[in-house]
Amino acid sequence: MDLIRLTSRRDFLKHAAVGAVAGSLAAQGAVAAATAPERRHRWGMVIDTERCVGCESCVIACKVENMTPPGVFYTTVTHEPLPGAPSDKPVFMAKPCFHCEEPPCVPVCPVNATYKRPRDGIVVVDYDRCIGCRYCVAACPYGARYADFGDDYELLPAAGQAVSPEYKQYRARVPGASPIGNVRKCTFCLHLQDDNGEYDRDAGRWPACAKTCPGHAIHFGDLDDPESEVSRLLRERNAVRLKEDLGAEPNVYYLL
Amino acid sequence: MTLKRAFWILGLVGLVPLVAGLYVRFTTHPDPTNLGSVVPWGLWIAQYVWLAGVAAGAYVISSLVYVFGVRRFEPIGRLAVFTSIVALPLGLLTVLIDLGHPERAWNVVAFTNIRSPMAWMIWLYGAFLLVVIVEFWFLMRRDLAAAISLPGWRGRVAAVLALRSRATSEASRAADMNKVGVLARIGLPLAILFPIGVGTLFGVLSARPFWYTGLFPVVFAVTALASGVAILALASTIFQEGWRAQRSLIVDLGRILLGLLILEPVLLASELGVGIYGNDRGFAASVDLVLSGPYWWVFWVGQVAIGLVVPIVILASRLGRDPRFVSAAAVAALVGFAAFRLNIVIPGLSPEEIAGITRAVDDPRITSDYFPSLLEWTLAVGIAGLGLVLFGLGEIFLPLSRRTPAGEPRA
Repeated sequence: MDLIRLTSRRDFLKHAAVGAVAGSLAAQGAVAAATAPERRHRWGMVIDTERCVGCESCVIACKVENMTPPGVFYTTVTHEPLPGAPSDKPVFMAKPCFHCEEPPCVPVCPVNATYKRPRDGIVVVDYDRCIGCRYCVAACPYGARYADFGDDYELLPAAGQAVSPEYKQYRARVPGASPIGNVRKCTFCLHLQDDNGEYDRDAGRWPACAKTCPGHAIHFGDLDDPESEVSRLLRERNAVRLKEDLGAEPNVYYLL
Repeated sequence: MTLKRAFWILGLVGLVPLVAGLYVRFTTHPDPTNLGSVVPWGLWIAQYVWLAGVAAGAYVISSLVYVFGVRRFEPIGRLAVFTSIVALPLGLLTVLIDLGHPERAWNVVAFTNIRSPMAWMIWLYGAFLLVVIVEFWFLMRRDLAAAISLPGWRGRVAAVLALRSRATSEASRAADMNKVGVLARIGLPLAILFPIGVGTLFGVLSARPFWYTGLFPVVFAVTALASGVAILALASTIFQEGWRAQRSLIVDLGRILLGLLILEPVLLASELGVGIYGNDRGFAASVDLVLSGPYWWVFWVGQVAIGLVVPIVILASRLGRDPRFVSAAAVAALVGFAAFRLNIVIPGLSPEEIAGITRAVDDPRITSDYFPSLLEWTLAVGIAGLGLVLFGLGEIFLPLSRRTPAGEPRA
């Protein structure tokens, strides 16, 4: 009798647990689907390695725009020869965050601090929620995430008080306070968007790297808009994306 | 006695670097570790994996007694559960000091992302810790209740720990053991899932070819069990009645350890062999680091010579019948597992994810080279010291031994 009761209770608990998990998953999905704003843009880049001269202006422009500390580079320029190429001529490759359609860094975050913005697909970090575990740094296949360990440039007088416009949050750089201790990454300079989430190239509200590139190698725009410069380049030229096999569907393409 | 004294000295000396290290960790800017954005995890995470393995492995051995009724291991049943109780909070500590914002650790509960293996691990950690603590309390309850009558501070401490419970009858003991049985049946699957969860946390990252293998959860489970057995062999040599009283039991633990250690090269060869044959560039880069990188000795000396050859030779030979040698083999195996953990975490992260990324900028945080900083070593040693002290305190305050009546002064 006791055994029967115990068994049925155990079964009940088991079913209840399975039901609860399935229910919460379904509910989470439903809520997300119902509340997610409509996707309006798929911001991305097409980077022309043929036009890149390796001047690294984009790196500097990014640092100045986002006031990133040492060790944090939202874009870098690698200069490696192509494997198997007949000469050791380097291929310059500017490498921002690729704002993947299936970002491997997002699902691993234990606290949902990093996510892909439903409206325009930009992958962002909630500095106030991020606990600084750096799991996303390990999970990113493109080395696009950087942990802010609190280092400062020695020669900058403003070090310690520098204000970054990132996310339009204008945080002062204070030891122990975010974004120090957080993971940081390229935001496609989303703080330059207007209130409707639009960029304006002519007004200079355009990602700093693309705006600065003297060789016009970095093209930025909406990949969902067939009339955009980036869409046109993808139609007319042969583009590649890095590590396609991982299925991350990066939104940054390279012209070789 | 001398073993125990050496143990205490080691532990108390370890507390100094712990306190100093924690102070430096939370007052120094910038972050005084050698971690960076290419190798974002290092010594502390390796230590975490080691501790998690020890906790889970020791608990599985305790379930031999409380789930499967293997009376042979009854003398170390409580010690095994207690080992988990000590190792689990230490593991939490290693992770906590590693976080960029430890003050927000609560977020992992408040904002859990159910898709994150790290979040799974956190809930598993909580559930396992809870079961282990409650189970241990029921294991100790009667002895604590009996110890209330002792004069002086021992009695007072026992009264606090017993939570006002005073029943000392055989019947109350039997009721306790029933509850222990139920809890142990809940705890066992959690303990098995535990290292599997750690292996999953690493194994799911397709960005890191060295970790991205279905073998990882299995490797973690087997090595966790082995490290639990090893630490129990060591602990039962030092604690309670010591190796003289537990001869045959320690020798038995040695045999189990031998079996598990023989399994380890099989797993290692499968993991490394398949990856090397497949010649994935990222995987090959990590294997090169493990086998012939600047820290090749961590693998060849730490993991293979000390961690496998020494204990297997001892345990498989006649020496394996002497508990002191079994315990030495256990120490060697535990050192080997530390090397194993380091060789999982660091070489998996070190290779460039995009060729040239570490040469693109000249920055000490963006480099494939990683060697723990002084602070990292200090805190790792400090946490180990805290573990020894907690173990020792348990020996004093808690009647860990089944045979010794509660509170009776030990020779």
